[in-house]
Amino acid sequence: MSYRVIGKEVKRVDAVNKVTGKAKFTDDFFERDMLIGKVLRSPYAHAKIKNINVDKAKALEGVVEVLTYKDLPNIKYATAGHPYSLDPKHRDVADRTILTDKARHVGDSIAIVIAKDELIAEKALKLIEVDYEVLPFVLDPEKAMEPGAPIIHDDRPNNVISSVGQEFGNVDEDFKNADYVFTGEYETSVVQHCHLENHTAYAYMENDRIVIVSSTQIPHIARRIVAEALGLPWGKVRVIKPYIGGGFGNKQEVIVEPMVAAMTLAVNGRPVRYTMTREESFIATRTRHAMKFYMKTAVTKDHKLQAIHIKAISNNGAYASHGHSIIMSAISKFRPLYNFKSFKAEPKTVYTNLPSAGAMRGYGVPQIFFALESHLDDIAKKLNIDPIEFRMNNVIQAGHVDPISKLTVRTFGIPECIKKGKELIKWDEKQELYKNQTGEKRRGLGMACFSYFSGTYPVCLEVAGCRIAMNQDGSVQLMLGATEIGQGADTVFTQMAAEAIGIPVDMVHIISTQDTDVAPFDTGAYASRQTYITGAAVKQAAIEVKKQVLEIASRKTGLKVENLDIVDGKIIEVGLNRLICDISEIALEAFYDRIDSKPITSDTSVNVRTNAIAYGVSFAEVEVDMLTGQIEVLHLINVHDSGTIINPILAEGQVHGGVSMSLGAALSERLMFDERTGAPLNNNLLDYKLQTIMDTPNIEAHFVELPDPTGAFGQKSLGENPTISPAPAVRNAVLDATGVAFNKIPMNPQSVFEKFKEEGLL
Amino acid sequence: MDELKRKISFNVNDEQVSLEVDIRTSLLEVLRNELHLTGVKQGCGVGECGACTVLIDGEPIDSCIYLAIWADGKTITTVEGLAKNGKLSKVQEAYVNEGAIQCGFCTPGLVLTTTALVEKGEQLTDEEIKREISGHFCRCTGYQKIFMAVKKVLEDK
Repeated sequence: MSYRVIGKEVKRVDAVNKVTGKAKFTDDFFERDMLIGKVLRSPYAHAKIKNINVDKAKALEGVVEVLTYKDLPNIKYATAGHPYSLDPKHRDVADRTILTDKARHVGDSIAIVIAKDELIAEKALKLIEVDYEVLPFVLDPEKAMEPGAPIIHDDRPNNVISSVGQEFGNVDEDFKNADYVFTGEYETSVVQHCHLENHTAYAYMENDRIVIVSSTQIPHIARRIVAEALGLPWGKVRVIKPYIGGGFGNKQEVIVEPMVAAMTLAVNGRPVRYTMTREESFIATRTRHAMKFYMKTAVTKDHKLQAIHIKAISNNGAYASHGHSIIMSAISKFRPLYNFKSFKAEPKTVYTNLPSAGAMRGYGVPQIFFALESHLDDIAKKLNIDPIEFRMNNVIQAGHVDPISKLTVRTFGIPECIKKGKELIKWDEKQELYKNQTGEKRRGLGMACFSYFSGTYPVCLEVAGCRIAMNQDGSVQLMLGATEIGQGADTVFTQMAAEAIGIPVDMVHIISTQDTDVAPFDTGAYASRQTYITGAAVKQAAIEVKKQVLEIASRKTGLKVENLDIVDGKIIEVGLNRLICDISEIALEAFYDRIDSKPITSDTSVNVRTNAIAYGVSFAEVEVDMLTGQIEVLHLINVHDSGTIINPILAEGQVHGGVSMSLGAALSERLMFDERTGAPLNNNLLDYKLQTIMDTPNIEAHFVELPDPTGAFGQKSLGENPTISPAPAVRNAVLDATGVAFNKIPMNPQSVFEKFKEEGLL
Repeated sequence: MDELKRKISFNVNDEQVSLEVDIRTSLLEVLRNELHLTGVKQGCGVGECGACTVLIDGEPIDSCIYLAIWADGKTITTVEGLAKNGKLSKVQEAYVNEGAIQCGFCTPGLVLTTTALVEKGEQLTDEEIKREISGHFCRCTGYQKIFMAVKKVLEDK
């Protein structure tokens, strides 16, 4: 398929706006009489509020209102940004109120102050008197399941949110008959999204409706959840999403929106803004679930994988948020990669008194692939075989149908990805070179594969709307409910519309702001769904617009529609390639013809019931300082099978950012908590150890383009994918360099040093 | 109340301004809330992330930990002051052309630090370039294209 705009390095449609500082983010709007909201947060990991007195805070000059749980409707709701489900059993766990009468983690929301300015609000927070009954707390999910552990939510006496699992085949039988059985334990830590713009929103009322301007990935879902949290009809809430300063899943949660809605309701509709501090953002939004995996794998003597049994524990923190769906995503999305005869997963998602874990780029899949790909390298080492050969000996083929989800793999690029990565990193040559090292600095190579989905089908609904209206000059307005969150969605949608209509990209005006009052329905940015799902809606709407244009051209010329085409904004006669007229002439006629006037528009929606499985591989080369425990990544190559790449420069950007996030999780990032109090120890950007440019190696992004027949332009997912395989690739490279298997990340100098001591290397 | 106020004047983006500020406010707050120069972004408020960087007498400074009263008599450049007559500066162009922008929240600060580097005109190695811009966090780009943009504009000079 040859495209004119798809696959080209079109510049971001919002680049100039952003580089000049003109792009408006939520905090860049100013309303008259704007008040400032602040939240009092629990200093205790687990405590009941016996009494709360706000009189002194209310009496402070400049304080307009103070709210506690007593002032708000006692409605439990769920914050996860999932599509609503008509099936009550399929809905998220509704376990929180806007303000609580029982703190379940340090940072839980106790009271709200609304004041004239920030300083007054801060002062008022200190005047609120809370009498806490401090309760025992638990941070470790395995301890939380033990009898006698503190009960965090009364309706879950064992603290288990869910233990639903999945299986196919007969694992018991396969383990009994196995030539080899291997086991391993692997663990990941609590990490955080660290989008540069903290959670922020403001709200005001227009008549009896609440308007919320918010930094969200999911405006339409946010509208529903705010209404649920406050017991309002959904139509009474309007959510507006301007540019957002990153989200990575943390803004696929409805966290600050119900708060600002409650605030404006409390002050007769006056605008109130609530912006979290960075320190708050670390503990009062969401984190990535720390997970622990117990892997058991049966392998035949000719090195074929037979059975896999995974026991997993997912530390969910204080509230369910996305809860069990994250570990379910993990155990589903890893499957269409290797051929297992039988599979059994027994996951448990457990409440603890940590800040809530929720959606974060990769949605459980980075955790499971850290475990699986580390485990496969450990097995290969024990069997004394090449880890790449071992994998290649066990990968599936196109046509594979997952026994549980029934999803079909239509294109499978792993063999080509591996081939390419292996050549680029000079695998064979360097393997030879790095044999038998004994020095203080040792080098090694590692690799890891992954599979990922495009959207959430068949678990969730995949609906996306698109509206296109043609202007008098033949340019179009492109209106979507899908959101630009930095990933470049607006640009690829612009390319798609331009491609399918036949006009230049600068004739497509995408409306970047989503306003639930006017934007078509789309559930938003998550699950790497938009390019695949919303892309289908854009194509469908664009084809309809093109059809209407050509019908008018046909009426004008007497030529049949099929003999006409639109190329670069011109109507041409196909075959002769003869210019008929500019598209603007058709548009003008559509608007102003005295008899046939009917402006050209399309307003459509798709319900996508396929999923395109995307793949990729990471290759890492590391140097380990055997004395200090410092690991330096010298080279990191990601090769992706994401189908047709719509925009190579944006696609590379996604890979670079995702890899960097995974390297952070592998080497430095960990949100730490005091075992004695449950309080966070490093909830700021200085101590958390986010990757800086000094820490980030040269990251290479490559693509193997196999167009997927279900993608509107052959595309599959890419956004979250790069975050999956770098961490295990680095871990396996460290294993190669040092012979030491790190089964817990991050591998920061301290933990590496301690492990080297434990292994007798120091 | 009056002892908390002080009148200051400074030059911002080639314009002279005089205003009365609360002595407790940061330059960031004054630029954003009083002058509506919202290209100055707040990512942490404590000088960790670099998003609020502005140039003060040509030096990149975290405006969130710089008191507004210290700006008295100074010359300040924010991202809004870089494009002249609707034309992007060389640094801005490099960021656009190299694909160094994603969510755009860290972009204004990085563009200003890069501008200061270009103005200094020193020859820098790759490692030195990285060190110079290491005060800025970016969670979207993995810094790859930002580095390329900075390198390109320094080489082109």
